[in-house]
Amino acid sequence: MTLEHAIAANRFGLGARPGDLDRMGDPQDWLRGQIARAGKPDPVLRDLGDSPSVINEIFELRRQRNEMRKAGKDMVNEYAKTVRKHYAAQVLARYQHAANTDAPFRERLVHFFTNHFAVSADKQPMPAIAGLFEQEAIRPNVTGKFADLLIAVEQHPAMLTYLDNQRSIGPGSRAGKAAARRAPERNIGLNENLAREILELHTLGVDGGYTQADVTTFATVITGWSVAADNDVRRNGADAVGTFFFRSRAHEPGTQKILGKRYPDSGVNQGVAVLRDLAVHPATARHLATKMARHFVSDVPPKALVARLEAVWLDTGGDLGAVANALVNHDACWAEEKQKYKSPHEFVVSSFRALDYAPAKAQLLFAMLEQLGQAPYRPGSPAGWPDTADDWGSADALYKRIEWAGAVGDQAGTRAKPLPLARAVLGPGLSASTAKALAGAESGGQGVALLLASPDFLRR
Amino acid sequence: MLDRRTLIQAAIATAALGPRLAFAKADTDKRLLVVLLRGAADGLSWIPPYGDPSYAGLRGQLAIGAPGSTDGAHKIDGMFGLHPAFDWLAQRFAAGDALAVHAVASPYRERSHFDGQDALENGTATALGKRDGWLNRAIAPLGGALGNETAIAIGTTTPLLLRGNTRVANWAPSRLPGVDNDTLARLARLYESDEFLHARLAQAMESQAIAEDAGNMDGKRRRGNAQQQFRQTLGQAAKFLTAENGPRIAVVDSGGWDTHANQGAATGGLANRFRGLDAALAEFHKGMGDAWRDTAVLVMTEFGRTVRVNGTRGTDHGTAGAAVLVGGGVRGGRVIADWPGLAAGALYQDRDLYPSTDLRSLCKATLIEHLKIDAAHVDRRVFPDTTPIPVLEGLFA
Repeated sequence: MTLEHAIAANRFGLGARPGDLDRMGDPQDWLRGQIARAGKPDPVLRDLGDSPSVINEIFELRRQRNEMRKAGKDMVNEYAKTVRKHYAAQVLARYQHAANTDAPFRERLVHFFTNHFAVSADKQPMPAIAGLFEQEAIRPNVTGKFADLLIAVEQHPAMLTYLDNQRSIGPGSRAGKAAARRAPERNIGLNENLAREILELHTLGVDGGYTQADVTTFATVITGWSVAADNDVRRNGADAVGTFFFRSRAHEPGTQKILGKRYPDSGVNQGVAVLRDLAVHPATARHLATKMARHFVSDVPPKALVARLEAVWLDTGGDLGAVANALVNHDACWAEEKQKYKSPHEFVVSSFRALDYAPAKAQLLFAMLEQLGQAPYRPGSPAGWPDTADDWGSADALYKRIEWAGAVGDQAGTRAKPLPLARAVLGPGLSASTAKALAGAESGGQGVALLLASPDFLRR
Repeated sequence: MLDRRTLIQAAIATAALGPRLAFAKADTDKRLLVVLLRGAADGLSWIPPYGDPSYAGLRGQLAIGAPGSTDGAHKIDGMFGLHPAFDWLAQRFAAGDALAVHAVASPYRERSHFDGQDALENGTATALGKRDGWLNRAIAPLGGALGNETAIAIGTTTPLLLRGNTRVANWAPSRLPGVDNDTLARLARLYESDEFLHARLAQAMESQAIAEDAGNMDGKRRRGNAQQQFRQTLGQAAKFLTAENGPRIAVVDSGGWDTHANQGAATGGLANRFRGLDAALAEFHKGMGDAWRDTAVLVMTEFGRTVRVNGTRGTDHGTAGAAVLVGGGVRGGRVIADWPGLAAGALYQDRDLYPSTDLRSLCKATLIEHLKIDAAHVDRRVFPDTTPIPVLEGLFA
């Protein structure tokens, strides 16, 4: 077993389970295999339902609740209860899968892109669908073309709702003109939230060279990108409630110019064409290359690595599998020094894996992630969670990890064998000072606490 | 039986960190609380310019009514009011220790929340203008030795505003079970060769000790919804700022101000947020007791919101907005504004309230006239712009 085995499992993957390093074989082949193959579907992810049916269910409950409220009746809030039920199931499944998966590098890519395209459960009805967004829009696309991932994300009901596009109406569209005649004082119309965040956060990046005019024009291009309601199914030909629906009545007609290029009006395809161009724009390549290098290697991403990822992105038309392979092939990713301080999410997942434990109760999982500072699917903003030690390494956050490690150690009890465990999950990455501390622990439980809170385990 | 603070001190000593320095008394009795409203709180609802002839028309269903009308604003003067959800703050305006600054903005002129917040906190016009926070640079002369930090961030992370070379404390209430002191001491030893972790553990132990000393708390969070928790957070801030040798400056974050849809007017989503903020500030006021006379609270946000209502009964990212300063030493009861007006042609890029006052003028006044930080230091180090930023004068008694 070499240091590369430990790096493959802990830096590229989500943390080694006991035995992983021995079973791995060649570390680079192990990683490349995960890029090439999606692996068997995990049953824990299968029974979560799909977003159209969940949206249909909760919209109906919301309608009932509002009617009851109007009638002045007090009742059990089935809507809130059902949202919570879906949220709990999706979060539990996410962390069970992360704890158990044999393809942890691929899963890290899933988590990375879910965070890149963040929706946040502090806005309704995100708690009920954020996990499904990850399963439906992100998971199938993390090693394909970035353009396909981007389109799947921007047409997913979660993103359309989270960034308010589902009700954005082109002022010159049929719906816009009708609204202006009916209620001119209400100024029904454009909402530029999604368009702005696609440019700023999802593709070009804030310094990507776009203007306020590009934002507004792009917003008009994606007017009509919406989520089918009951009415759209009954009258407008939508497939099912809760699916992506292009509402042509709300779409701003006409050719539009974005970043200097003209896009003729082709209905929904006008927006798709813009997204396809954005996906392979040099600013997008630089933005994503930088973000990935920062995530995998260092808060200060090595310039050579960024340049390499960027070049591969542009050469392959944004092929994420090729970019992931470029990560595996680059020396900077295999540097001996652990330069990344784990986020709370990474810390918890790697602890589960080290202890070969899969969480069984959603409530406990919520409580621990929230206390450690990273409530599941709730980054609080479309920018997602930050990704540097400056953000996660505060004194208080460290203290909470220690408290949590102490509690986990108590649970692990006196039977735990901390030093062999540390050797199994950190391999040659276990330092002499941590080994010494573990050898001298007063109990197995304390040893586990010391291992989880050790400098070797807090970083990857 | 030894109390926990003594145990923690013993743990630190065991870890061979050397004898603790006695707490030096902080260099100032003045207190400052900064509340960062993240998401761009709507200044035109917060401090409605009901006297502007264009306000009601442009704001439509989101306009706050004039004082005296049903659900109307609290009156501040003939032009400006205060959103009706602010019962406590209205009393402070009436008592003369609250003021608002309007048509105010940081020098940042794009409309990204994230860059806007970075610029607000680093004190420059751009997100990458400085890597550290202006408040951290400002307190360099006040000291920040381990265990004697002048400033504390209350929350699980330290906002950019307080990040930088000067050591600051950081604390958030915990619902996790406590950890035993022997484990802490062993970790302190294990961290000895790791500067990053070592400094943070020592700092965390100090904050924990203050939290536990102040008001016999166990440092654990009570249950409650987000607004109740925010109120507890501000109650906690008061405990830190009134602790005998505690920090003198605290920063807290408040999220969720990005009202793109269904913003509401006198009631509704934004009004509920305002009510929660008001209750939290009231809790802080109560907790400060007599120290209130030495206290200033600065409430600010990254930028304002569009003057017109958008298509989803909300408002989009704008430019200028409002900020509020309240405290025992504030000469308040007024709104300070070089009011650009909302008439056609007066709006910034025909959509936003025109920024006529640099928010840093207010920050500078607070640093120099309240915290008594040397003006030359503020000009040279805190806001080292090539064009000098004027100080808003006469804000403090």
